[in-house]
Amino acid sequence: MTDALKQLGDHIAQAAPGGVLEVEIAKNQLSVVVPRDGIARVLAFLRDDAKCRFSCLMDITAVDWPERAERFDVVYHLLSLTKNQRVRIKVRTDEVSSVPSVVSVYSSAGWYERETWDMYGVMFADNPDLRRILTDYGFEGHPLRKDFPLTGYVEVRYDSDQKRVVYEPVTLTQEFRRFDFMSPWEGAKYVLPGDEKAGTKPS
Amino acid sequence: MSEVKIANYMMNFGPQHPAAHGVLRLVLELDGEVVERADPHIGLLHRGTEKLIEYKTYLQAVPYFDRLDYVSPMCQEHAFALAVESLLGLEVPARGKAIRVLFSEITRILNHLLNVTAHALDVGATTPMLWGFEEREKLMEFYEQVSGARMHAAYFRPGGVHQDMPAGMDAAIYAYCDRLLPVLDDIEDLLTENRIFKQRNVDVGVITPADAQDWGFSGVMLRGSGVAWDLRKSQPYDGYEKFDFDIPVGKNGDCYDRYLCRVEEMRQSVKIMRQVINALPGGPVSSVDRKVVPPHRGEMKTSMEALIHHFKLYTEGYKVPAGEVYTAVEAPKGEFAVYVVADGSNKPYKCKIRAPGFAHLQATDFMAKGTLLADAVSIVGSMDLVFGEVDR
Repeated sequence: MTDALKQLGDHIAQAAPGGVLEVEIAKNQLSVVVPRDGIARVLAFLRDDAKCRFSCLMDITAVDWPERAERFDVVYHLLSLTKNQRVRIKVRTDEVSSVPSVVSVYSSAGWYERETWDMYGVMFADNPDLRRILTDYGFEGHPLRKDFPLTGYVEVRYDSDQKRVVYEPVTLTQEFRRFDFMSPWEGAKYVLPGDEKAGTKPS
Repeated sequence: MSEVKIANYMMNFGPQHPAAHGVLRLVLELDGEVVERADPHIGLLHRGTEKLIEYKTYLQAVPYFDRLDYVSPMCQEHAFALAVESLLGLEVPARGKAIRVLFSEITRILNHLLNVTAHALDVGATTPMLWGFEEREKLMEFYEQVSGARMHAAYFRPGGVHQDMPAGMDAAIYAYCDRLLPVLDDIEDLLTENRIFKQRNVDVGVITPADAQDWGFSGVMLRGSGVAWDLRKSQPYDGYEKFDFDIPVGKNGDCYDRYLCRVEEMRQSVKIMRQVINALPGGPVSSVDRKVVPPHRGEMKTSMEALIHHFKLYTEGYKVPAGEVYTAVEAPKGEFAVYVVADGSNKPYKCKIRAPGFAHLQATDFMAKGTLLADAVSIVGSMDLVFGEVDR
């Protein structure tokens, strides 16, 4: 299995239009990082090439790494029914640079890209219908970004006086509890309570 | 009198329509009775599962999977458990694997019983629904016996399953298999050759194998079009390769073929369940790695170490080494997959859920365009949608 993956990885690295940036095999899965502008051509190649035949695009999603300059990894999972192989293709992008849409290559990409736009705010150029999909009508923000709070910004309730659903800022009766599982013995990344006195001289 | 020109009109199908299978709001543009455009609006059941999982430990994330596709809960836990095991490099003991296969197949029957009969209800047959639900209730009793819950079981956990089956349950399930098959025959007697059922389904919602792949279909939606593809055969997990079963494949890719595939899959599931019970191995049901799987209650009474493990695992959880993995299982509805990115902490950095229904629903416009409004109901019914997983 790993040999076949390695061969496939080498083949993609050699033949993919626009070249590849990284090829990695981990946990018996092949991931390939490609340049952002060439993603549509790479996927078209993977679909049509005789050694690949990745006829199904199973999923598109993104991973947010806020500390990175290009903070989003856009991840495409492809499946080949004839070769019984999977491959993961990644491109990197940020909030403002759009990724070329792959709807012209795989019809299924339409909603996957809409979802990625909705959840992460990654823009896809030339997607014919880049509306929000999962969030509420009129929602603002991109909830799966790491800087979006778990509780969100607005909450809804039915107001019986106004006879309609009203939107209000979130009020929490108790702050969201984020437990710290860092062990002080393993080296905490912050100053431990009491340690701040260590630098000052006793009076 | 001059001819009156009637413009196309829009119709909201759902979100409260019984044939919308939940909270689908399907905006249809109709020319008379012909569907010109179908625009599904989804997200009415969006609960932010993926975001919530990022704030929970790996064990706390398990119950969220029951609540995605709430008619086939265990298959989804299965995908998550396999993903975490793959990241941890954890091996599941033989008995744990066998019980997982057994309950995956029970889940498949649960799901197909609901879908086949609900689809029949959509096209006008009331009785199969009542019969199907009676059997579902009996199957959910097995769920209850192993996990304590009829639906939201949280039974498949990273490392194996939560508890062993109660004594004598394997025999009870085996005996039940014999009672289920006649009910399937009865349901088929009502539907398979039924004139109305065939008129509503044969040659409706036809999709070619190439289109099905282009739209990212999986499971019965793909097999109904004649593509012999089942992850249990092609990429077996948890010992499916040891069992002898067939994959039913359709010929025409219409709603009727998909119905036939589902009915046959239930019979094949019974076949697998019997094989599992006949060769049920002994031993532990989950990994004995106490750094991941909590110890038994009894052990804690006598062992200090077990007590510490229990405390640590239910508060802090376990840390999963950094990495990423995409694991897919053949859920009853199609390829259900999770893509987990771990960053070395006790919580998933990212957990993307790939729901089969999402891809299927996307093709509604493609499949329903140019058909009659009544056919759109058949198409949506045969897609086997549950909005818990589509909206997540």
